[in-house]
Amino acid sequence: MANLLIFIADFVTAMLIRATGQKLLLSRRQSLEYLNLPKLVKNSANINAGDLASLIYLWNPLTIVTCLGLCSSPIDNLMVVLTIYAACSRLAPLAAFGYVLATHLSLYPAILILPVILLLGYGPDAPPAKLFLHKSSNSDGKDPSNNDESRSAVTTHKPVRCFSRRPVVHFMIWVSIWSCYVLFLCSIYLKGLGGLQEMFKKTYGFILTVGDLSPNIGVLWYFFAEVFEFFRNFFLIVFHVNILFMILPLAIRLKHRPCFLAFVYTAISAMLKSYPSVGDSALYLGLLGLFANELADMQFSFFLFFGYIGVSLLSPVMHNLWIWRGTGNANFYFATGLVYSCLQTVLIVESVSTMLKHDRMLRKHVIA
Amino acid sequence: MASLRPLSRGPFLLLLIFFVFSLSLLRPIQGNGGSDGGGGGEEFSEELLLKPLPDRKVLAHFHFRSAAPPSAANGRHHHLFPKAIAQLVQKFQIRELELSFTQGRWNYERWGGSDPISTRNAKPPGVELWALFDLPTEEIDPTWKNLTHALSGLFCASINFLESPTAYSSPYWGFLSNNGNLRYGALPREAVCTENLTPWLKILPCRDKAGIASLLYRPSIYKGYYHSQRLRLLSSESKGIILEQTLTVVLQPNSYTSSLLSSSDAQLQPSWSLSQLFKKEMTGKCVLAKSSKIFLELERGLLEKIVEIRDDSWSNSFFDLFPSPDREIKELENSNGQVGSSLYEYKVDNSNENKPLDVGITWKLPLVWSSVHAPFQASRFLMGSGNERGSIAISLQSTQTHDQYFGDLNDCTVPVIVLQVVPWYVKVYYHTLQISIDGKPQTLSDVIEKIQVTPSEDKLLPGTLEIMLRFPCSMLSATLSLDFDKGFLHIDEYPPDANQGFDIPSALVTFPNIYSSRSYPDYDVSDDSSLLHNLQEKYLVRSYTEVLLVPLTTPDFSMPYNVITFTCTVLALYFGSLLNVLRRRIGEEERLLAKKDSARPGLVPLLFSRLSSKLKGRKLLLKVVFVALVAVVWHYFLNSS
Repeated sequence: MANLLIFIADFVTAMLIRATGQKLLLSRRQSLEYLNLPKLVKNSANINAGDLASLIYLWNPLTIVTCLGLCSSPIDNLMVVLTIYAACSRLAPLAAFGYVLATHLSLYPAILILPVILLLGYGPDAPPAKLFLHKSSNSDGKDPSNNDESRSAVTTHKPVRCFSRRPVVHFMIWVSIWSCYVLFLCSIYLKGLGGLQEMFKKTYGFILTVGDLSPNIGVLWYFFAEVFEFFRNFFLIVFHVNILFMILPLAIRLKHRPCFLAFVYTAISAMLKSYPSVGDSALYLGLLGLFANELADMQFSFFLFFGYIGVSLLSPVMHNLWIWRGTGNANFYFATGLVYSCLQTVLIVESVSTMLKHDRMLRKHVIA
Repeated sequence: MASLRPLSRGPFLLLLIFFVFSLSLLRPIQGNGGSDGGGGGEEFSEELLLKPLPDRKVLAHFHFRSAAPPSAANGRHHHLFPKAIAQLVQKFQIRELELSFTQGRWNYERWGGSDPISTRNAKPPGVELWALFDLPTEEIDPTWKNLTHALSGLFCASINFLESPTAYSSPYWGFLSNNGNLRYGALPREAVCTENLTPWLKILPCRDKAGIASLLYRPSIYKGYYHSQRLRLLSSESKGIILEQTLTVVLQPNSYTSSLLSSSDAQLQPSWSLSQLFKKEMTGKCVLAKSSKIFLELERGLLEKIVEIRDDSWSNSFFDLFPSPDREIKELENSNGQVGSSLYEYKVDNSNENKPLDVGITWKLPLVWSSVHAPFQASRFLMGSGNERGSIAISLQSTQTHDQYFGDLNDCTVPVIVLQVVPWYVKVYYHTLQISIDGKPQTLSDVIEKIQVTPSEDKLLPGTLEIMLRFPCSMLSATLSLDFDKGFLHIDEYPPDANQGFDIPSALVTFPNIYSSRSYPDYDVSDDSSLLHNLQEKYLVRSYTEVLLVPLTTPDFSMPYNVITFTCTVLALYFGSLLNVLRRRIGEEERLLAKKDSARPGLVPLLFSRLSSKLKGRKLLLKVVFVALVAVVWHYFLNSS
């Protein structure tokens, strides 16, 4: 029974990713046509990002392993993707539902509130707003050379992006409704077992204080097994603030691309969360496929691809050597964990850098 | 004579009267001499029981008992009773307490499992402490903590490790039936040495200077196979405080003949005596003791092999007891008509320096016998490999003594209670409990009558399993198995020798319907021997399993600095590069691109051209060569010296 539920969750996630990809593609085409860059639409590797992303998600060995292990990660991933899809489609109640459940199941999707608000306010990803302003001022001023048909085709939609408040307010109301409902159900269920306070202490408190030191593919378990007691609280704060600190700079720089922002947030939280697993990596690798058009010329892609394969193969071997055979020690396994987090760092940094370069390239084309 | 005035005669008379009065006062004090314990009714008695064991060893069981009447009658002053113990009982409101220090494992197969000595004195290795309190439930845990600290100071042991809630548990019915005021803790790894014996002996009125305790020659005691010192306190409003101290040692007598006397390869049992075992003889009792006796026990299995019936059974063709005992106390025959064990009593009162008492046995013919066993032999072991998970298995083997305990084998069932306390880092999954009888797995509801589980919580509570099972009497073996996962600890929580592993304290197997007690019809209350009284008390048969050693994975203890540095480096790389990427302005990016496009010489030619431009002047070249020469000479000069 659990198998079926997890497989269905996986499949629905893939379908939602595909639908999100289609929406993104539509928005991209519209923006590029408005900016009068039809050449880019034809010349660039015009992959159907939605199909590619859903196929990557379904065929990723990490996702398959998660399903076979009967983890609850596919359900977490489903909720996150549901949030993103619903926000792209401007469905506030559904987005609120996904957001509340994703936060309830694991704490870290709470940081997705910013991309969700931006998605609901501005709509799906688009080139920076400055380009639109530039374009509109250009078109008002001095371009008799422009085609009339393109202008007429475009004036009906894609005006200057303005932040629409109504979906966001709806979202907030629905978030409060859904969270009250979920907490009410939890309190009924836990009446004899300590109530809501016990639940928060044992779920959120456990995630934030890193109570259990079992090995996983992250770096926190060994760190907190070796750090001196005096510094434990300090380093807990350091690790969690590292996730929180990056929210604002990324949001400032990438506010015109909220879907990509959501991808970067999921990747950062998958790297720095207290108990990471391959299910989290499966999620952001699937979402990476949504931006295949923009990230086509990402640096180090060869290194990253084979790095992921190498770490996925070496990590279980080192775990076996350490725990089952006793011929290795903890450092072997921890080294693969460190390499894995380095790879994730490189992936995040390079994808952000490539996306910004893509925007600069668009700007160059528009202004030139 | 005529000159003595009446006035001068007065003081003389007064002095005479005073002298006579003081003499009369002194005599009763000397006469009593503490033989009845002085004012207040405190009593002290000491006994020693010796018993030859089937595997050529000797059991010596020292038994000391102090009793203090209720405090209302006695006040706070104690004559014989140790004040520290009385204060302990009063301060912590203890109703019952038992503390045992044990070194070695009681061999149930060879030394017996169901006679009163083994059921009461076979204790798990290390320290075991349990206490019943007369307090409301919320005050018991802090009181337990203070009690462990007080006992730790009193006995020079690290009993204070039992203070944290991860070390003790409160079983409901698996150990003793109680209403929540029982606390039980054990430290399997505690070593026992003379440092623990000395304060234990200090509590005795005569210390180890006189009486039976003077036999405690430390080298002999600590060379034994099993050594257990036990302290038991019972306190009630009506009876006052009773303190029982027992020391049980199993020794190997030194002199044994290795000559084979019969064709059946049976070796002669070693002859031993007090002077051989303890290098001393009894030269008198402790003057403060009310009674001081030595018993020599010959158990039922031994007496059954001796078929001769004589009046003085202590001297026959197999062995001779010396000296002749003062009295023989026979146990009642059991229902099968088998002969019971015998106790031979020697009073120490009659001995003194000139007439020392040396009790012993001389073997003349080899004899092989076996002790009485419990119905099932309990043992425990670990299964599985690797440091991630494993299984604990408790096995009960039948000892083929069915006819002793159960009448008709067909329709009877024997109940067994198992208590197991497991530390939190061995995370037992109680739903994986499997029971198999004679190799065939059983449905749990058929075998389990009652089960109570207190699951462990990480770093907070140990896991307690209390289970009552019902087995058919005819079964040969049964096994209970439980799976567990191994936890991971912080480097501070590992003991100094981390790679040895961690100890799981012994499990306790109790047989609720079977009592180990003997009845001595010759014994009456006026004999006033507390050891005999104990032997006759109904006490449940119980046996302790082995201590398990669980190896856990260890992190690399030499690496804290390195680990922290590596992780923080990765974090810094992430933080720095991401912020750098976000920070880049458009102009700078284009400048970078432009620079990359333009033709640039490689790094090495650039450096070389710079260097060569600097070296155009000869002065600089000479300077450089001179410095290089000096450096080379210096290097070789230093190396050669």
